[in-house]
Amino acid sequence: MSNNSTTQKLYVRAQKFSANKPFQTLLKREILRFSSLFSQTIIAPLVTASLYLLIFGVGLGKNLSILKEFSYLEFIIPGLILMGLIRNSFANSASSLFMARYLGYISDFLTTPLKSYQMILAYTIASLCRGFVVGICVLVVSLFFSPISWQHPFYALSIAFIAGFLFSQFGIIAALMSESFDHLNVFTNFIITPLIYLGGLFYPVSSLPGIWERISYANPLFYLIDAFRYGALGVYHVNPSLSLIVCLLVALILFFTSIKLMNSPGRLRQ
Amino acid sequence: MDLALEITNLNKSYSTFKAVKNLNLSVRKGEIFALLGPNGAGKSTTINMIGGSVLPTSGSIKIMGHDNQTHFVKTRSLTGIMPQELQLDNFFPIGRALKLHSGYYGYDDDPKWRNFLLETLQLKEHENKKPVKLSGGMKRRFMVAKALIHKPELVILDEPTAGVDVELRKQMWDFVREINSFGVTILLTTHYLEEAQAMCQRVAILNKGELVTVDKTENLLSKVKTSKLIARNVSQNNLDTLVKDSVHIQHKDNALVFTLNEQFNSQQALSFLNNNNISFSELHTQKAQLEDVFLELTKA
Repeated sequence: MSNNSTTQKLYVRAQKFSANKPFQTLLKREILRFSSLFSQTIIAPLVTASLYLLIFGVGLGKNLSILKEFSYLEFIIPGLILMGLIRNSFANSASSLFMARYLGYISDFLTTPLKSYQMILAYTIASLCRGFVVGICVLVVSLFFSPISWQHPFYALSIAFIAGFLFSQFGIIAALMSESFDHLNVFTNFIITPLIYLGGLFYPVSSLPGIWERISYANPLFYLIDAFRYGALGVYHVNPSLSLIVCLLVALILFFTSIKLMNSPGRLRQ
Repeated sequence: MDLALEITNLNKSYSTFKAVKNLNLSVRKGEIFALLGPNGAGKSTTINMIGGSVLPTSGSIKIMGHDNQTHFVKTRSLTGIMPQELQLDNFFPIGRALKLHSGYYGYDDDPKWRNFLLETLQLKEHENKKPVKLSGGMKRRFMVAKALIHKPELVILDEPTAGVDVELRKQMWDFVREINSFGVTILLTTHYLEEAQAMCQRVAILNKGELVTVDKTENLLSKVKTSKLIARNVSQNNLDTLVKDSVHIQHKDNALVFTLNEQFNSQQALSFLNNNNISFSELHTQKAQLEDVFLELTKA
């Protein structure tokens, strides 16, 4: 079949083991995965955001006035950028990890030297990349509708990073807790979507009746959107420092939850 | 004695079901070792615990002297595992998947070794196909390539030849022997017991999660007191009726197979043929096979 000495020569390892290589390879795989599916992962969310801009911003928005200094279109653009980033950060880690579990090829990773935190970081960074690509694309499209001069760009960037990180963790948690596609859809349809729409993306929460306004304060998306809008327009509902602290806290809680779940028997390893 | 694998007091329970019960087993460096047993014996659970995809309930596993729980980075980089289930990442063509697979184990892709594996396992012409486009046998060969891509010191093959045609099966075992010849330890399971008999220096038999026996293949074969006497091309009208109630005689494929032991010897077999006027064209004996050992030890 083959020459013995050739096989033996080829079987000698030329390089040393690299502890970071497994992480780098999983990250590469994840980026390759979403970039090769760009019509689903990039174009589709871009079309959705463009439709929102067109319908709510240009169509309905002409007759709406929420903040004196800004048009309705300007009011919703930061939220739409963040929504694209959040949805895609969540979708990337949730779908990729869930598919690996559901189809069983997660064992490809479980039998390798990959550590749990390396797996989480690889899924998180890839999800952040996809979230940022979509967010930047929505930003570029929004320039054709209403250019925004960013008031606090570094603050906005920090919030975008925290938002992507937070929802990547949430995606990992959803993937680890779901046993079927139906379970996974529960996270998207009954948690992510209501949080986004009730988080003040299309309206200021101060316009809600008392109890609903107070309930909004329990929604982490409200702090993210309010803080990101502050970075864009310079206006806020909650002190930006407080928003930053709340968002960081939630992100850290979800990060540790995803590590704990990943190491729990029955989630990845039986 | 240098051990490639040392399993001590290993247990695995799923709720109230005990899949592996207090298993103690060791495999020497450079050995080809078979783990055999009927379905549900605990072979794959044991293999998955060695690989790291299943967590033991208790007990320890050492690979090349390192504990696979506390030093899993080391042990997993030394181990190549081919699971029994055909669960493949269908996202990438197999050539690209192999490149990535070596990285998951902490090593750069070695194009020469990758191409050699693809050629040896007759997958080269399919390297741009995704696993979903491959036949069952090709998928198994691709899984063997994945287990070997990072040049491990311990290779674990769980049913590597299931669904692979005879010619390729032989070639695959030749390749496994070749890798073993320069010191790589092989642990395998197979339902083709004649393959295990031909390949392995030692065999362990598991049944219902427990180790029934572990010994050199020839020692196991010598323990079995049975052999077979086979009369081929037999002719007699009432053969099926004649052998209906016998536990020692079987009629199959136009042959009579006599299982010889202390209760039923060759003299009695010949008398049976003579007394019933059974003619035959050929008569030969067959020594005990691993299959006989396996059946005898697992029949309870």
